[in-house]
Amino acid sequence: MNFQAIKVIYFNEMLRAWNTLLQTIASPVLSTCLYFVVFGSAIGSRIQEVEGVPYGSFIVPGLIMLSLLTQSISNASFGIFFPKFTGTIYEVMSAPISFFEILIGYVGAAATKSLIIGLIILFTAGFFVDLEVKHPVWMVAFLILTCISFSLFGFIIGLWATNFEKLQLIPLLVITPLVFLGGSFYSVSMLSPIWQKITLFNPVLYLISGFRWSFFGVSDVPVVTSLLMITVFLSLCLGVVWWMFKTGYRLKQ
Amino acid sequence: MSVIISIKDLSKTYDSGHQALKSVNLEIERGEILALLGPNGAGKTTMISIICGLVSPTEGTVTVDGNDIIKDYRLTRKDIGLVPQELSLGAFDLVWDTVNFSRGLFGKKPDHAYIEQLLKDLSLWDKKDSELMTLSGGMKRRVLIAKALSHEPKILFLDEPTAGVDVELRKDMWKIVNKLRESGVTIILTTHYIEEAEEIADRVGVIAKGELLLIEDKDTLMHKMGEKQMTIELKDSISAVPDSLAKYQLQLSEDGQALTYTYDTRAEHTGITSLLQQVNEAGLSLKDLKTTQSSLEDIFVKLVEDEA
Repeated sequence: MNFQAIKVIYFNEMLRAWNTLLQTIASPVLSTCLYFVVFGSAIGSRIQEVEGVPYGSFIVPGLIMLSLLTQSISNASFGIFFPKFTGTIYEVMSAPISFFEILIGYVGAAATKSLIIGLIILFTAGFFVDLEVKHPVWMVAFLILTCISFSLFGFIIGLWATNFEKLQLIPLLVITPLVFLGGSFYSVSMLSPIWQKITLFNPVLYLISGFRWSFFGVSDVPVVTSLLMITVFLSLCLGVVWWMFKTGYRLKQ
Repeated sequence: MSVIISIKDLSKTYDSGHQALKSVNLEIERGEILALLGPNGAGKTTMISIICGLVSPTEGTVTVDGNDIIKDYRLTRKDIGLVPQELSLGAFDLVWDTVNFSRGLFGKKPDHAYIEQLLKDLSLWDKKDSELMTLSGGMKRRVLIAKALSHEPKILFLDEPTAGVDVELRKDMWKIVNKLRESGVTIILTTHYIEEAEEIADRVGVIAKGELLLIEDKDTLMHKMGEKQMTIELKDSISAVPDSLAKYQLQLSEDGQALTYTYDTRAEHTGITSLLQQVNEAGLSLKDLKTTQSSLEDIFVKLVEDEA
């Protein structure tokens, strides 16, 4: 293992976030505050409770997931896309480093960054609503698993994308709708029966449901199903990345 | 001298169907400076890219110090530094950070004293805290060299190092190259400028259309490439070259109005003065004179034609 290389890739990526610290922290904190003002106070005051949880608290896990998913994807996709775009990837490709080590460096840094953002949002949310976490270990497990899986997914997008449009395409057209329709702001039980069925095809539902369970002990789908789904997604991403590296996809001619 | 890089039957066909390399065989000796000459699209960069791990070969093998570049890539790549043709650098990174990053990528522990000396040698020390995007083209080229040398490689590839580089940097670069050679580093550079090869190389290889057409000691090759033609246009056409001019092996054009003399610009006596004198004595009157040098391009074409 070339630990030195993993270390420099990891810290180089973290340094990028550090250099734009204000952006890195301010934007998730601000958007969380906005969501709380709009959904928590303005709308939430009319909804009261969802499945025995005050609406303001109810949306916290969904909000964290929303940021976690989008941040993981954008961090990881940008992290690998940018060196490809500027051509500096030549250096990584010519270094005595395996694809696996490259992956640990880039995805590890992206996952760390989104994990930190997730924790910042959780902390910020604490100022608005009372929060208690029933299953803290599971909460952390869901956080970490989600960060890693979606950073991997972002890495795949970053490798696949050949221009900035493509880089934005999937987060914008696929992830954002899935997150909004995956029960970030509502319980699936509030939907009509037909939409309840359709929602079950949304993988993000399982993430949010499981994560919410770790907070309040209530969930839309069994927590085991949630864990299973996230494991399937993680394995799927690992499989695709493995294939990409094996074939040198978009990296090697 | 022992062989440090051995290339055997190396071929590369890109997905587009373009065959960039056609069964190239080449042995590069330890400590030498090898210049690879060739027009654009000749396959020079492809060859370097394969050795460095950026491009997968279609056929053939390359070994570096006896290690296979694919199977033992960790061993071969740690000894290689690459200065790419393009000015591929990040925008916001600082010079100091990016050079230290390169060293780490190649698995070396940080050595700030070494990097400091390297930056000083490359006149980059006062720029160490500058963002890369604020640097001029020449400075960026220096940074790329610093990055390539950051892990103390035994082999350095310079892919068209002087493209778009001013005279000062060119001189500096040759100074660095000479210093590296003295310390035993093997240097392979590509260029399409023959003067460059002449200035610095021990051996010169000529590549065109994916084939290594020749590889020779610089001096031998320079001699071949130093030939020039002088065309003497005559006022009145003649039917044969006068006997008095036989020793110059002149060629008479079909219309009998021009004589062509081939000479070596490097020779002590080019024979031009005496030729002109004798042309005069032979009673021929001149209309015009012109000299042409076969360009590298012409030589490539000739070499390719000879091959066919």
